Amino acid sequence: MSENIKIEIKNFSFFYHKKQVIYDLNLKIRKNEITSIFGPANGGVTTLLRSLNRLCELTHDIRTEGDILIDGESIFNPDLSVTDLRRKVGMVFEIPAPLPISIYDNVAYGPKLSKKKSRSQIADVVEQALKQAALWDEVKERLKAPAISLSGGQQQRLCIARVLALQPEVIMLDRACSGLDPISTAKIEESLINLKEEFTIIIAPHNVQQAIRISDWAAFMLMGHLIEAGTNTEVFSSPKDQRTNDYVTGRFG
Amino acid sequence: MRKFKENLPGYIFLLLALSSISALALITGFIVVRGAPIITDVGLKEFVFGMSWAPSLGEYGIFPMIIGTVSVALGAGLIGVPIGICCSIFLSEFAPPVITTIFRPAIQLLAGIPSVVYGFWGLIFIVPFIRDYLGGPGLSILAASIILAIMILPTVISISEVSLLALPKQYKEGALALGLTHWQTIRFVMLPAAKSGIVAAVILGIGRAIGETMAVIMIVGNAVAMPESILDPVRTLTTNIGIEMGYATGVHQEALFATGIVLFIVIMILNATAQYITRKKSKK
Repeated sequence: MSENIKIEIKNFSFFYHKKQVIYDLNLKIRKNEITSIFGPANGGVTTLLRSLNRLCELTHDIRTEGDILIDGESIFNPDLSVTDLRRKVGMVFEIPAPLPISIYDNVAYGPKLSKKKSRSQIADVVEQALKQAALWDEVKERLKAPAISLSGGQQQRLCIARVLALQPEVIMLDRACSGLDPISTAKIEESLINLKEEFTIIIAPHNVQQAIRISDWAAFMLMGHLIEAGTNTEVFSSPKDQRTNDYVTGRFG
Repeated sequence: MRKFKENLPGYIFLLLALSSISALALITGFIVVRGAPIITDVGLKEFVFGMSWAPSLGEYGIFPMIIGTVSVALGAGLIGVPIGICCSIFLSEFAPPVITTIFRPAIQLLAGIPSVVYGFWGLIFIVPFIRDYLGGPGLSILAASIILAIMILPTVISISEVSLLALPKQYKEGALALGLTHWQTIRFVMLPAAKSGIVAAVILGIGRAIGETMAVIMIVGNAVAMPESILDPVRTLTTNIGIEMGYATGVHQEALFATGIVLFIVIMILNATAQYITRKKSKK
C-alpha cells in the first residue's frame, strides 16, 4: 500500500495572518488515481492545493504547521527548490489565463525556460501535451494564432496542456471546469481519466456530481477540517459522517 | 420650466467644461495665428531646418534648438527610463509592504517639487560637478538630462507600476505554478503583458522632458549652436521662448510663437501615440 502513496499530508495547519484556515489535516493521496478534495467555498480546499506547490507563499503573513511529503520528502525542506517543486506539481486554475501570446508559445514557454531542449524536441513536447489535453485536433492548423482567440473550454485545455508540457508528476485542478459548458467539461474529464495512467491527479471539483463522476478517492473538507476521506463508494454512497452525507445528498452547500 | 430646472446642473457643468475646452481652442488658435505668418514668410523648410537663429539679422532657423530639445529629452530618457522601470518593478513585485508605503508617497512628492528648485539645485550641484570632473562649461546637455531624468521619474514610475499591478493575477500565478522563477515570471510574462502601459509611461515621461522649461533654462547653457558632445551647452525650443519672450517684438515675437507651434505639434504627436498605445491595450 505505501508504495502507492504519492503525497502524504501530516498534521497540516495553515494560518492567514492569525486566522486558522486549515486544522490539523491528515490525508494520503494515491499515485495514478484521481483524488477529489471537495467541500463548500472557504472550506480551505484552495488553500490546501496552493500549499502543495507552495504557491500560497505569494501571500504575505502566512504560517504553516505540520508537514507535506511528496515521495517521502518534505516540500518544506529548505534545500528543495520551489521552482522544481512547482514543475513537479503542476496546477490549473479556476480562470484559464493563457498568456497573450500564440497557442504554441503558451505551451512551449515552460519547457523552453526550464530545460535545455532543442527546437524539435520542444515541438514534440508541445504536440504531445496538446494531444494529452485533447486539444491537438482543434488547434493543429493554427498553432500560431493568439491563445485569446480560443473558446473558454479550449483555453482551459490549453492551460492543462502547458502544465503537461512540463512533464509533472502531480496535476492539480482547482475548480478548473467551473466556468465551462458541459461538453468542454466532459472533454476535460475524459482526458483526466486517460492522464491518470501517468500522473497523480488532484481535483477540487466545482460540484459534487463532478467529484462522483471522476474520482477514485475523495476527501470532504468543511471549514478547514477534513471531515471524511475514502474511496468514491465509501464517501459518496455510504458516508460515515452525517455532514458528508448532508453535503453529498445536497441538503446543504 | 420644470424641465429646465431639472437640467440646470447639467447646463452649469456643460458651461464649465466648455470653458476648459475653449481655453485650449483659444490658446491653440492664438499661437497658430501669431506664429503661422513667419513660417510662411521664411518658408517651413528654412524655419525648421535653418541653422542660424539671429533675430536681429532676420534669420530664423530653429534646427539647432530642435537638436537641443531632442538630445536633452533623449538623455533624460536614457537615464530616467531604466531607473524608473526598475523602480516600478521593485515597488510592484519585490518591495515589502512597509517599503511601498514609504516609497510611493515619496516618489509622488518628487513630482511636487517646483521645477525652479530642480534647476537651482542642478546649477549649484550638478553643473560644477560636471565642469570640474568631466570638463566643458558644466552648463550642458548632460546636466539638463540628469535633472530632467529625475523630474520624469514620478511619471514613468507611477504609470508603469499601475500597468504592472493591473495585470490579472492569474498571469503571475500561472507562470509561477509552471515552475518559472520570480524573475523569469517578471521578465517573460509580466513585462511583455504590461508592455503597452510601460511604453505609454515612457512616452509621457519624454513628453514631460520636452515641455519642461524653467529647470532647463537654468542649466542647459542656452547657446544657439550645434552641440558636438553631451558636455556642450545647447538651447531647447522651450528655453528659446522662455529667454527671449521678455524683449521680443514684431517678427521676432512671431518667430517665438512659431517655435511654440513646433513644440506643440511634437508633444501632441507624443501624447497621441501614448493614448493610442494604451487604448490598443484596453481593447484586448
